[in-house]
Amino acid sequence: MTYRQPSDTGYFGDFGGRFVPETLMSALHELEKAYARAQRDDAFCRRNDDLLMHYVGRPTPMYFAERLSDHAGGAKIYLKREDLAHTGAHKINNALGQCLLAQFMGKTRIIAETGAGQHGVATATASALLGLDCHVFMGSEDVARQRPNVQRMTLLGAEVIPVESGSCTLKDAINEAIRDWVTNVRTTHYVIGSVVGPHPYPLMVRAFQTVIGRESRSQILEREGRLPDEIIACVGGGSNAIGMFHPFLDDLNVAMTGVEAAGDGVASERHAATLVAGTPGTLHGAKSYLLQTPDGQISHAHSVSAGLDYPGVGPEHAHLKETGRVTYSAITDDEALDAFGTISSLEGIIPALESAHAVAEGLKRAARLTSDQIVLINLSGRGDKDLGIIEEVRP
Amino acid sequence: MIRDTFDRLKSRGEMAFMPYLMAGYPSLERSMEHLRCMACSGADIIELGIPFSDPVADGSTIQAASQKALERGVTLSAVLEALQSVQVDVPILLMSYVNPLLALGRDRLMEQLPKSGVHGLIIPDVPHEESQPWRMATSSAGLSLIPLIAPTTSENRIGCIADSTDGFLYYVSVTGTTGVRDDLPEDLPNAVARVRKCTNKPVAVGFGVSSPEHVRQLAGCADGVVVGSRIVQAIGRDEDLKSLVRSFKDATRSGTCS
Repeated sequence: MTYRQPSDTGYFGDFGGRFVPETLMSALHELEKAYARAQRDDAFCRRNDDLLMHYVGRPTPMYFAERLSDHAGGAKIYLKREDLAHTGAHKINNALGQCLLAQFMGKTRIIAETGAGQHGVATATASALLGLDCHVFMGSEDVARQRPNVQRMTLLGAEVIPVESGSCTLKDAINEAIRDWVTNVRTTHYVIGSVVGPHPYPLMVRAFQTVIGRESRSQILEREGRLPDEIIACVGGGSNAIGMFHPFLDDLNVAMTGVEAAGDGVASERHAATLVAGTPGTLHGAKSYLLQTPDGQISHAHSVSAGLDYPGVGPEHAHLKETGRVTYSAITDDEALDAFGTISSLEGIIPALESAHAVAEGLKRAARLTSDQIVLINLSGRGDKDLGIIEEVRP
Repeated sequence: MIRDTFDRLKSRGEMAFMPYLMAGYPSLERSMEHLRCMACSGADIIELGIPFSDPVADGSTIQAASQKALERGVTLSAVLEALQSVQVDVPILLMSYVNPLLALGRDRLMEQLPKSGVHGLIIPDVPHEESQPWRMATSSAGLSLIPLIAPTTSENRIGCIADSTDGFLYYVSVTGTTGVRDDLPEDLPNAVARVRKCTNKPVAVGFGVSSPEHVRQLAGCADGVVVGSRIVQAIGRDEDLKSLVRSFKDATRSGTCS
């Protein structure tokens, strides 16, 4: 059976949809049409492909992590090296695609939200390249803990707007970006950084990110002559995971795990494990799983990794959880920090703290498998931005 | 009942005055007093906001009030219960983002709203495409679902949306969030006229309407005005609510559009 989601109205099973103020509906319809037109436009596609190859540096390598595999003592571990993409994470795949689309629509003002700062940097980069006016909303707590990325965005010519409301993290940055979009909708394109938000964003961001899974598929077939037994990716909003998983969804022999942030532990109140421990609800334009109170107020999430520190998740992940096609698990701050150290010292690869969650889960799973089996981990970003936090929590 | 209110006022040449207040700001008890006070001072319909942690359509005034209400532990259930002991003789509209409504459950909500004296619902993050389950539920409970129309809404779409309600259309005066503004958009009367061309349903204007002078500017073009942030601001500053409401209501009697 071929996987075909979402529906024309943007539903992945029961999840998704378009829950936004009426003011934005015309912009969503316009975006949907423009995106469909761009996909059929040869010049648009050629330009995107060309930039992905020569500017972003795609395809990114697929690396056999031999020492990490020996350490786990089980399956062979392969890493998809999204950390080697320009700007240091998978976020550029989507940011570049959407900024090209904004240009295609004739919109010159770009807004974006950012948590860890990777999406903000990617959007600021694409905006610089294409000569667009870029404004990035970032929770004030994240501005403090992801300082290097704030400096990069500023250098790239973007305005970084600290958001002081609510939990002062990613959720609140999205609220503020939506408010800006409602106000400036006629001139502005909102570059959402993950597979979240109202239709067509989850569909469109997925399409820009599936380059990860498509490359991985042909790379592993070339290296090993077969598909991996397991694929693992971290999930905040879930764009690197969807990008990796989507091209394998019909390969039922490939098991997939999305790794959420368990923070201090899922049983504590301080975590960001939305699918593992949350309940269905509606936030930021879509029906999905949320961390919320019994009264429907959104809870504050917690993770050592700013990019996973979000009380929602992309609607397609909610659907994949319900159908059981993808398993979702959670890794604590401590486990992620251990994995961060392990892969740094064994492989000479400093991962983003987000990606370290996937590495931690991958090590566990690889240990349970045999040496003729393959685990593929999406190493979604590099960890330079996290050195300040590491110093703080592991002095 | 909401349509009756509009019809009655229209026959008298008045606009409906609809003040908004945030339930639980500064406290639930005070909100209930304010509700009674506004009903006695000239409010024709009262919009009661339900606090939400992530109010994306609201500007800073209502965001802050919402946050304060949540800090006091105010919930939708508590608001509905408090309403049961407040008798006011004007219709109440509940304005809430969709997630707290879903958390209570659509069926339970529809059972409780009529008992609490609520006549309709406004859900700012449920656009027409997602509204069908809410339209069905409100209509079988004898309630109105009040849709929003924005400056960016096409004329075709205005027609479809207007057909879907038995109440009125809530016209959002600006592309933007709620909040006190010095001036209304210059082309607002034309914008309201554009909506009118598409429907016979009553049209009320909200977002940014902040003074009796603004209300007078809308006389003869709109059938009603919603004043939100200015009222919430007045409550926060402990201003004389009764005379403020009166001054707004007086302005709705000022006759025809200039």
